[in-house]
Amino acid sequence: MKTEKSPKEHLKAHAESAASVVAALKDSPLPVIYVGAATCGLAAGALETIAGFEEALKDNGIEAEIRKVGCLGHCYAEPLVIIQNPGFPSLLYQKIGAGEAGILVRSFLKDGSDPCYEYLIGALEADENFPTLMDYPRYLYENRVVMEHCGLIDPKEVDHYLAVGGYESLAAGLEKGGAWVLDEVKAANLRGRGGAGFPAGKKWEIARGVEASSKMVICNGDEGDPGAYMDRTLLESNPHQVLEGLALAALAIGADRALLYIRAEYPLAVKIMEAAIIQAEAKNLLGENILGSDFSLAVTVFQGSGAFVCGEETALIESLSGRRGMPKVRPPYPAVSGFAELPTIINNVKTLSTVPSIIKNGAEWFHGIGTAESPGTAIFSVVGEVEYPGLVEVPMGVTLEHLVVDVCGGIKNGKELKAVQIGGPSGGCLPASLMETEIDFDSLKSVGAMMGSGGLVVMNEDTCMVEVARYFTDFTQGESCGKCTFCRIGTRHLREILQSITVGEGEMSDLDDLAEISEAVVAGSLCSLGKTAPNPVITTLRFFRDEYVAHIEEKRCPARMCRTLTAFYIDLEACARGCDACVACCPTEAIFTTSNRKKAIDQEKCVKCGECVYACPPEYDAVRRVSPPELIPDQGVEPLPVKENEEGDA
Amino acid sequence: MSAEMVTITVDDKEITAPAGSYLLPVCLENDIYIPNLCYVEGMEKPPASCRLCLVEIEGVKGPQVSCRSEIFAGMVVKTNSEEILKLRQIAFRLLVSTNDGSCRTCISNRSCELQQIAKFLKQPLKTKRLRHIDRDYPELIDDHPYLVYEPKKCLLCGRCVHVCSTIEKGYKLSFAKRGMDTIVSFFGSELDPASVDCQDCFACTEVCPVGSLSSKEKWKAFIAGLDKK
Repeated sequence: MKTEKSPKEHLKAHAESAASVVAALKDSPLPVIYVGAATCGLAAGALETIAGFEEALKDNGIEAEIRKVGCLGHCYAEPLVIIQNPGFPSLLYQKIGAGEAGILVRSFLKDGSDPCYEYLIGALEADENFPTLMDYPRYLYENRVVMEHCGLIDPKEVDHYLAVGGYESLAAGLEKGGAWVLDEVKAANLRGRGGAGFPAGKKWEIARGVEASSKMVICNGDEGDPGAYMDRTLLESNPHQVLEGLALAALAIGADRALLYIRAEYPLAVKIMEAAIIQAEAKNLLGENILGSDFSLAVTVFQGSGAFVCGEETALIESLSGRRGMPKVRPPYPAVSGFAELPTIINNVKTLSTVPSIIKNGAEWFHGIGTAESPGTAIFSVVGEVEYPGLVEVPMGVTLEHLVVDVCGGIKNGKELKAVQIGGPSGGCLPASLMETEIDFDSLKSVGAMMGSGGLVVMNEDTCMVEVARYFTDFTQGESCGKCTFCRIGTRHLREILQSITVGEGEMSDLDDLAEISEAVVAGSLCSLGKTAPNPVITTLRFFRDEYVAHIEEKRCPARMCRTLTAFYIDLEACARGCDACVACCPTEAIFTTSNRKKAIDQEKCVKCGECVYACPPEYDAVRRVSPPELIPDQGVEPLPVKENEEGDA
Repeated sequence: MSAEMVTITVDDKEITAPAGSYLLPVCLENDIYIPNLCYVEGMEKPPASCRLCLVEIEGVKGPQVSCRSEIFAGMVVKTNSEEILKLRQIAFRLLVSTNDGSCRTCISNRSCELQQIAKFLKQPLKTKRLRHIDRDYPELIDDHPYLVYEPKKCLLCGRCVHVCSTIEKGYKLSFAKRGMDTIVSFFGSELDPASVDCQDCFACTEVCPVGSLSSKEKWKAFIAGLDKK
């Protein structure tokens, strides 16, 4: 019902009660254990951690509260636990399994004496007895705007979001009106975080300008890039921030319905968002006459069925409408004619999650972060061969070098950085020489990559770039909707050619074919997924052509990754007599004992899985990889005669 | 409704047509042939999936599908620039690289639009430079009471799916699967003759450019004729 009280006054009542709820938790006389239990945490064993805590608490007769929170983004340190023990600052611990949970309960909660420094990352608040998080480069260099509260608040409690100023932007928007919200977002030049970087304000303005009986806002949570999980984390860790952004977008264009399109493979995100909608409606933060205003918004969740292409706007709308998810020709743009031919705005989870902070702090503040043309922050899921993989939020405009080396700790195991693959399967592979490239929409595009939705795969010297191109092309061709000729058949030819090169059957003319087909697929495909699908091929051809040539002309894989072109052998000089660590791990029993009681590999049986490389104790490090396979030196290997072997065993 | 008539230039030829109509049908009506496979006359919104009808439009970046480009006063179009010819050739080569090329035993031999386009583009019907991709389809799908479908000939242009959707009691055809496995499929699997109303229609077989979908009766007669030869 519309009332006399202003939205801000309505919100104030909620915020005050939320503050007291949260204060009661923060000042709890009992310890509170916060366990990171987003999908990533669960996969790392957070449920076992929780069970470990419960058991240890019971055994030791200690009362404490356990809270599941979202994700802090530090994948390398999962399961993550924050312990709020009265008399101590809140302490963040890493890699806490059930066993460590027991130790923490006994040493820290029971005796209160030992905060278990061995598992500690640091204190959340400044404290003279503990290192604080800001002492670490990761925390120091990150600029968490969108992820500020992720992993620190309980995503299932709207009060936790309200207590940190949640929905204040919506209340302000309701008081000042949709046009004001639109102007702020336009002035902020918030560019779409889904990948293309189209200004959200421009899109909204188009939809606002269309006369229609009903309009719709859709949050695109159909995150499908392999290795990317930014959207999932935001949905699971701070659902109300997404909802607030969604409501602000609806207000700005005059929409009366909103929908979250979340892929069905994200069951926890679906559950958390559904619960968040119910809670927000109960507090009149969504639904009819929001916060006593005349603005109403119905929000629902729709589960996508797992087609990569449904992340494309027009395919997403087809899928929502109950039809096969295939992109359509634009124009008409969804902002003019989308779902049920109504003006429809589709924004990525990250874009919408950024909106509340812009409304709260103003467009000028937003321009103070990032670059002139790409203001704000970028969230990346940095995976691959880095020391500290995880979700990272940095200002736009920092260099790739800074992100990989300073923020994520550089390459693991003292190896060399070879390339980064940025922008998901349709992004590009950039070589180490381009690591000074700034991360923003335009700079990345200028070197043949793209911002994409934020996947970043870091690769070291052991990664074959032809194989990388083949892998990503295999993904995109398998996910092609099959509608248009170039994408359906063109990407398949690319994959076939790449496949033949990785097994040493390529010809030099294949490189021209790759270039020609790639160019045609870019120019001729119907939707942007097709148009960008050849990017991994184009960039690897541009920056790593010598690797292609080595595969074709020398039948050699320089990274020694392509199995057909690689062989393993054991260096008898390095191999230790009597050691048989490698024998048991070999799935094909290809490793035998030599006449001098060392080990050798039967090349006929070897499937080149590389398990022996890992099994060989580091003090010997005797397994060698060579490419082409003919490079295996003749070490005069003779198998141990069977008879002698039997005697030896006896 | 009478749209304003505008004059456009296509390959130096001046054409007058209603503003806002799509370029491809306008060109076809004016004897300017642009290869096309997925377009059906009278289609409200062509799917633009075959990508053969690409043209260059002055002032518009990149090649554009003529079947979905609305015409405007002073529009200047090139249907045969070097870039366009090359793209079209590649699209054509891609299409034939997945086909079995068995023209002699095909029901649509000599009436096949793919043959006509090959002639127009001066391209062979069998891949030379590109390797042949054998699609993982059965040779024949004949569980429909009135139709047979030879998927290895299918170019996935979607004309049949479209035309079926325009017919009352229609909508029995749809695309299924994805990527290279995409195939036209009969909706649901209730192909019991009592519930399938296709016996008087055959619109899908009439629009099929390559004889991939045929009337079962005609197809059987054709095969019988082949066997006699």
